[in-house]
Amino acid sequence: MEWAFIAETIIKVLVVVLVFSALAGIGTYFERKVLAFMQRRLGPMHVGPFGLLQVAADGIKLFTKEDIIPTGVVKPIFKIAPVITAATAFMAAAAIPFWPEFTVPFTDYVVSPIISDLNIGVLYILSVMAIGLYGPLLGGMASNNKWSLISAARGASIFISYEVITGLSLLAPLMIVGSFSLLDFNAYQSAGVTDWIVWQQPVAFILFWIAAFAETGRTPFHLVANDHEIIDGFGTEYSGMRWGLFAIGEYANMFFLAFVMALIFLGGFGDGSVLGALGLLLKVSLIFFFFLWTRAAWPDVRPDQLMWLCWKVLMPLAIINIVITGFVLMF
Amino acid sequence: MEHASTAHPYFGVFVLFVLTFGAFILTTIAARFVSRRLAAKDTEKIKLSIYECGPEVTKQPNRISPQFYLFALLFLLFDVEIVFMFPWAIDFKILGWFGFIEMLLFILLLTIGFIYAWKKGALEWHNIK
Repeated sequence: MEWAFIAETIIKVLVVVLVFSALAGIGTYFERKVLAFMQRRLGPMHVGPFGLLQVAADGIKLFTKEDIIPTGVVKPIFKIAPVITAATAFMAAAAIPFWPEFTVPFTDYVVSPIISDLNIGVLYILSVMAIGLYGPLLGGMASNNKWSLISAARGASIFISYEVITGLSLLAPLMIVGSFSLLDFNAYQSAGVTDWIVWQQPVAFILFWIAAFAETGRTPFHLVANDHEIIDGFGTEYSGMRWGLFAIGEYANMFFLAFVMALIFLGGFGDGSVLGALGLLLKVSLIFFFFLWTRAAWPDVRPDQLMWLCWKVLMPLAIINIVITGFVLMF
Repeated sequence: MEHASTAHPYFGVFVLFVLTFGAFILTTIAARFVSRRLAAKDTEKIKLSIYECGPEVTKQPNRISPQFYLFALLFLLFDVEIVFMFPWAIDFKILGWFGFIEMLLFILLLTIGFIYAWKKGALEWHNIK
């Protein structure tokens, strides 16, 4: 390996981790603002202009809070669980191209802003996100608290059920493109809006979107930490920065899933111009906004309804979608 | 955008793995250090007990509904199916009619299993009724 390659990779990793840690924090600010405006409130207003420094204030609060480890918890597992959630969320970023290829100004060094150009990109992202399940599961089971335990069991059943939907809904676009790499997905759709896979695969898009809500635990499926039933779920016993790592993982996951969705279904960064790249960011922002909008507009479902939706509605739909796609592609 | 022609495509994944786990573990350690210096310390025994409506819980048996295990079994069945279908989907256009009909038979077999699980009530949530 050349030193340039090593240095480039490390810089890319640092940029991605720092940018998305900050974005996860700002995501909480946007969530509070969007929810507040939808409920005709102002949201955070006191810290900094328009409450913008609320994120920093929350960070300082989380960082300096007393770190309580309750009696009776399994300490090593209790301590590692939030780290697993946050770290696996960020590891999914390795195979995502965040921006088209560009040249460093004043040099002719070409940088492709993807950390690892894996030939199994989509499969890698799915599997790393599946490992993220261990955070809530281990944290809940190590907490020695019945709310945490219920939340961990629920989380495991929801995640693994919707893992099936995620995989099945992505099979049809994979059949069309014939590659796991998100770069190939982008190249397939680079000609224009009419080439977006969402027009060919609307069912797969909606299935993947619903599964994304379940995988990130956003509101219609916010059963893992459903406040009025099971307190804060797996996070009940956590305080300070450990709890904060769960939140960082959740918001980073939302951003990365939004990127994956935009790259697979909505055309990605198009032909690679700056305009296309800004378009990608716009699509990601819209998907993120939709996550927040749904939280303001929809009530939570019950766990049995969630399972009913997954196994009796979405899964037959996904299989029928694959079969129909197969027939259309063959003829 | 062309594919990178490096011999070590997983190097970035490795760096990311080391850096994220290291950074987040360091974050928790630093937060613990800072909070011990700054936050008010109060070693009252009941504060360290787990969140409960007053009583101090001594032992918490890890008992959860068997329904969760049933879903885990279903997941094993169907996720293995999907793992089997991924390579087929990638080479779909190369395999042609042969691969497609093979996969239709495979899906048919799984659908029979799925209908069986449905009829047996494995997909219901029994505890609520």
